[in-house]
Amino acid sequence: MNERDDFEQRLREARTRQGLDKPQGGTSGGLPPGPMGVGFRVGVELVSALVVGIGIGLLLDRWLGTKPWLFLLFFVAGAAAGIMNIYRLFNPRRGRKN
Amino acid sequence: MAAEGKAIDALSQFELAPFLGAVGESVRFSQSNAHMLLAFGLITALMLWGTARRAIIPGRLQALAESGYEFIYGIVEGQVGSEGKRYFPFVFSIFMFVLFGNMLGLLPFAFTYTSHIAVTFALAALVFIVVTVVALAIHGTHFFSYFFPEGAPKALAPLIIPIEIISYLSRPISLSVRLFANMVAGHVMLKVFATFVVMIGSAAGVLGLIGAVLPMAMNVALVGFEILVAFLQAYVFAILTSIYLHDAVHLH
Repeated sequence: MNERDDFEQRLREARTRQGLDKPQGGTSGGLPPGPMGVGFRVGVELVSALVVGIGIGLLLDRWLGTKPWLFLLFFVAGAAAGIMNIYRLFNPRRGRKN
Repeated sequence: MAAEGKAIDALSQFELAPFLGAVGESVRFSQSNAHMLLAFGLITALMLWGTARRAIIPGRLQALAESGYEFIYGIVEGQVGSEGKRYFPFVFSIFMFVLFGNMLGLLPFAFTYTSHIAVTFALAALVFIVVTVVALAIHGTHFFSYFFPEGAPKALAPLIIPIEIISYLSRPISLSVRLFANMVAGHVMLKVFATFVVMIGSAAGVLGLIGAVLPMAMNVALVGFEILVAFLQAYVFAILTSIYLHDAVHLH
């Protein structure tokens, strides 16, 4: 990132912070401002993916009768998906404009 | 009252009660439903009255309606692109409903319907279904390529696809839990500090009254903070809906 872009971004952030511009959120992928907001956002993303993974694992286990194994597998997959959610939060998918 | 028996009862404010007595009880119409109807009425009134006069120099109501409109329009167009305009009514409705739910809940005696996971999850599930249907309608079966980023080695497919699917399925959960948890946490904090005011104030005469000023001041600050959170969470809900719509329209 060259210096000019950096300045433009900081100017935009400062203007947003002062309420001069409406927050667009395009660059940050919808991250709320402030460390509390970011922290909360990250926590929720991590846990929700884990919950979905565990849920899928338990349901498949009950259906197929393979008691602990699919749960363990999907626990790991859910954790990985949680990490990926957080990665996406800070590095949105390629090709997003603005 | 919450202060009775020296116990802090911060959660009873989220309990549902029948509205309008026996009539409400027979059809299971709670104060939560009543506040939803109120929010719906207020939003409709704001938009109808606000835009009725169509003044060139807007009055307060018109300025409010127009700035709300333009705010969401900017988000949708900025995130989804110009072809996202057709989804504007959807995002605007969701935003206004969440915003009014959060804001109404801060008024005295009001109920915050966004503090119930059932409500927020219903909203998030609606967003999830609409986004998925939009993606399927635009891209057909090509939509499923979303779960396997191009350029990734084929050997990793059994690993990547389940993870991507779990990540996709976690969207409505993170969307709903975020709004719900923020609202519950805020209102619990308000209630706890309000209980402190009563507890300390009724404890030890003049000294207690002086001490009660501290949690009172805290509560004043918290109300301001909660107004910020109420707006911010509605904004986050709207912008995430737009981001998901962007993914649905452009796939990646």
